[in-house]
Amino acid sequence: MNYVAGIDVGSTYTKAVIMDREGSMIARTILPTGFKLGNVARSVFDAALEQSELGEEEIGYVISTGYGRHQVDFRDVTITDLTAGARGAHYLYPNTRTVLDIGGQTMKASKLNENIKVKSFRLNDKCAAGTGAFLEKTARYMNFSTEEIGALAESSTNEVVISGVCAVFAESEVINQLSIGSSPADIMYGSMVSLVGRSMQLMRRIKMESEYTLVGGIMRFPTMVKTLEENLGEGVNIPEGNMPQFAGAIGAATLALQRLKKLEMKA
Amino acid sequence: MKYSAGVDVGSTQTKAVVIDENLKIVGRMLIDTGSDVTKAAEHSYELALEDAGLSAEDVSFVVGTGYGRYKVNFGDTQVTEISCHGRGAIHMFPNTRTVLDMGGQDTKAISLSSSGEIIDFCMNDKCAAGTGRFLGAAANALDIPLPELGPTALKATRPVRISTTCTVFAETEILSWLGKGKKIEDVLMGVHQSISARSIGLLRRVGINEELTFTGGVANNRGMVEVLNQNLGLEMNVSDNSHYMGALGAALFAMDQIVVVKEVLN
Repeated sequence: MNYVAGIDVGSTYTKAVIMDREGSMIARTILPTGFKLGNVARSVFDAALEQSELGEEEIGYVISTGYGRHQVDFRDVTITDLTAGARGAHYLYPNTRTVLDIGGQTMKASKLNENIKVKSFRLNDKCAAGTGAFLEKTARYMNFSTEEIGALAESSTNEVVISGVCAVFAESEVINQLSIGSSPADIMYGSMVSLVGRSMQLMRRIKMESEYTLVGGIMRFPTMVKTLEENLGEGVNIPEGNMPQFAGAIGAATLALQRLKKLEMKA
Repeated sequence: MKYSAGVDVGSTQTKAVVIDENLKIVGRMLIDTGSDVTKAAEHSYELALEDAGLSAEDVSFVVGTGYGRYKVNFGDTQVTEISCHGRGAIHMFPNTRTVLDMGGQDTKAISLSSSGEIIDFCMNDKCAAGTGRFLGAAANALDIPLPELGPTALKATRPVRISTTCTVFAETEILSWLGKGKKIEDVLMGVHQSISARSIGLLRRVGINEELTFTGGVANNRGMVEVLNQNLGLEMNVSDNSHYMGALGAALFAMDQIVVVKEVLN
């Protein structure tokens, strides 16, 4: 049993990561969450096993996290999203002090100490205007899909001010902007600026410190990262490609590895 | 006979009412606002005139109200929707002291004096929770036409509790309840209860004094009326013209102007 797994059942996507004894990631898989949380957790885990060409009996410890973590029936233990995010950010960037995690239905800011413990945090999971759902809704009102958000915002030449008070009322705002001739690209960019404004407020409340590590699905849009850097006035750590989405699962896997080693010591 | 008109350009629907000197409604019309607000105002007014069998020259004064009131180009003046809903409610139900107006994108609680003046008001316009949009989202998620929402909810036997406030997240919650095997009517009752709780919170801020008149498009929803009556422990006034209350109020303000002009001329 030389391997461990982390499963992150998020509101929008479910992610799995398998790590070996040295802490190297040997498989990572992702699936849309849907409504059967237990099933999707199983499928994403099976896919990761297949990718790593391992049998389930070779996985010594499984930790689940994310909003559906309790539905993962093959887990050994569960940890909160905050712990998982902190561990994941630290795995990717050891000098991380502030983690900003924007997912499909949440936004979390947490401050870490040298021992990777969460010292303070703030989160929003009550209002869609402060989460990735705001960008998804804005895109949807203009008939663009979630995957088109990144390229659309990047092609913006002008910022349109989007108030970002409510993701539902944004529909009228978007329609009004389109009717006065604003381009979808500029509207998309405007909604990102509004979301960044919300995240700056959240980070100020935890008295943010450098280095910043950005995680969560929304960070795969380069314009989000660039706008955040402009607002922070400094560079940020950002994992490549779709890696920002895996921070929670990575964090869960690193903790699973620690547990596995502890159990072996005891034995 | 002199006529006046009121045009209420709401976020979702635009309403026009034509009244005569005896303050009777002689024509009315309701259409979707859509993206061209000016056109919606014009079109609803033309249709209301047609409904009344009148032409534009017959109407001496037009008042615009609602969020698009400044787009009523043919209007002689504008009055806020708070004043118009208060005025319309008092006209229909003279003992009204409190008005609950639930529209497509905002919910308002208005308290009135015994002479019909506005004492206080409170509105939910920053967040779609507790507005008609919350019902719209539920209708979308469940794929049920709006008019069937109320009657379906009333069939509930074991209502669920909707825990999310945000309309966007409620859509997800509704689907997850269905995924867990809950019945549509039980989920819908939960949605109605959630809106009822939000609007009663709003009403408490201005004070709930009887009689209470329920106006706006959602007043057509029988389920919403029953749930609110039950939770408030009173019987709200609801009329067939609930949806037109703002436009009616505007038409009444317009008639005031005609009367004033007449008196000056005499």
